[in-house]
Amino acid sequence: MSLDPKLLQYASTHEWILLEDGPGGAKMATVGVSDFAIHAMTDLVHLDLPEPGRGVQAGKPFGEVESVKAVSDLYSPVDGEIVEVNLALITPDPKTMFVNLDPLTHDPYGAGWLVKIRVKGGGQSELLDYATYKKQCDESE
Amino acid sequence: MDPTLLRTPLFDWHVAQGARMVDFAGWAMPVQYASIIDEHRVTRGAVAITDISHMGRLRFEGPGAAVFLAELLTRRVADMELGQIRYSLLTNDQGGILDDVLVGYYHDSFGQPFYVVVVNAGNRQKIVDWIHAHLSRERAEVPGREVIFTDLSRLWAMFAIQGPKSVEVMQPLVNIDLQWMRYYRGARVQWLHPGAQRQGGIISRTGYTGEDGFELSVGAEIAPAIWQAIIDQGAPYGIVPCGLGARDTLRMEAGMPLYGHELSEQINPFEAGLGFACHLVGYDFPGRDALLRIQKEPLRRVRIGLEMSGQRVPRQGYPILSSGQHVGEVTSGTFSPTLKKPIAIGFVAPAFSKPGLELQVDLRGRAEPARVIELPFYQRDRRRA
Repeated sequence: MSLDPKLLQYASTHEWILLEDGPGGAKMATVGVSDFAIHAMTDLVHLDLPEPGRGVQAGKPFGEVESVKAVSDLYSPVDGEIVEVNLALITPDPKTMFVNLDPLTHDPYGAGWLVKIRVKGGGQSELLDYATYKKQCDESE
Repeated sequence: MDPTLLRTPLFDWHVAQGARMVDFAGWAMPVQYASIIDEHRVTRGAVAITDISHMGRLRFEGPGAAVFLAELLTRRVADMELGQIRYSLLTNDQGGILDDVLVGYYHDSFGQPFYVVVVNAGNRQKIVDWIHAHLSRERAEVPGREVIFTDLSRLWAMFAIQGPKSVEVMQPLVNIDLQWMRYYRGARVQWLHPGAQRQGGIISRTGYTGEDGFELSVGAEIAPAIWQAIIDQGAPYGIVPCGLGARDTLRMEAGMPLYGHELSEQINPFEAGLGFACHLVGYDFPGRDALLRIQKEPLRRVRIGLEMSGQRVPRQGYPILSSGQHVGEVTSGTFSPTLKKPIAIGFVAPAFSKPGLELQVDLRGRAEPARVIELPFYQRDRRRA
């Protein structure tokens, strides 16, 4: 089940974020990469995600995604702690020993989500709504 | 797109296809149309066409042309047969590599000999300046030894048709028998297509992919028509346009050096594994004396291939390590679509160049295992061609 990109918020570095109320009043953030960024990279070959439990800081890298042509850092939009990572994207297929990044390529707002973060501390990157983010992307083309 | 960039005659076609256009050596060039990996695989498995009109093409004619080129290039020219093509280098006085080139020897329609030297796009101005520095007016106009030098790069488009189905695709479009054209041979041809308006061009059995294939020089004004004719001919074989992204992954698998990566003025031909392209005895060219001296010295570094066991890709400039000690540097790296793993080309101290040796590449602060591999990473089955 994919999220509606129009209802998400975006960092200028192309991560999307869904902020929800979690258990005990904590804010939970689901973070992924925008379709625009995936399309710009194409031919993804590697994804590096942190271990659950690791702290992240707004505006600081928490992982990297690599295509045939280049490697890009993934930036956390919020301060907090990684509580879950999308294991489907980083677990090698036992037969081929390759990870399958197709969900990230074809469904970045659904099966291609990256991490869930328990939001702690106040730090937060400037977040754009869909229209503003799309305008930024259109201008960069 | 930066409007000051040079455009090939296929620029509008690339844009209409939705290609991602990038600045490559001052030219607006398609890096990919869709997927680099798909374009790569179609080249290996069938046939693909690439616009390489950014390549510099320099023409030399006149009775003094052969001698003039022999005094600039590192490799013999005078013994070339009609239609022969040779890989050669241009070196500076210190023996550093100015460029790597292909020299072709042809006759024009009057039977007059001429040479075409294909240079890298990024080096074209440097090489044109180098030629002018050595081809003074006095030299060019010596009676009976005249040299006429023309930069054809903007007048002629250039295409690469690469892949095992190249002969099938190109044969109907030219008036010579391609099946018997040998590797590193070329010929002037007539294009058998109404869009050619009776113009001819040059076709050679050369390439930069490790596959069988051809490179074509086509007049700029008929280039879009010939390009489309090739695409139409190739449709039954599944031809696709291939961008410079896949051209790079293909040449890396084939172990071919690229100027600005494996080749530079700071690298000498022996380090780059290109000693075969230097004829030092009985010839004189800039850098020859330096190369004679360098040839006798032990090599400081050698070019190697590396295969990674992880999935992260080494990139140019990443350190190569042996037990934590810096032993060299990556010059090119990519994900190999054929081997389905990251590969790299780099330079290491000779003691660390033995195939099978386990080294590491420092991937942004993390050392990851890399095994030395004999180049090329990929070689086609030549019985097929």
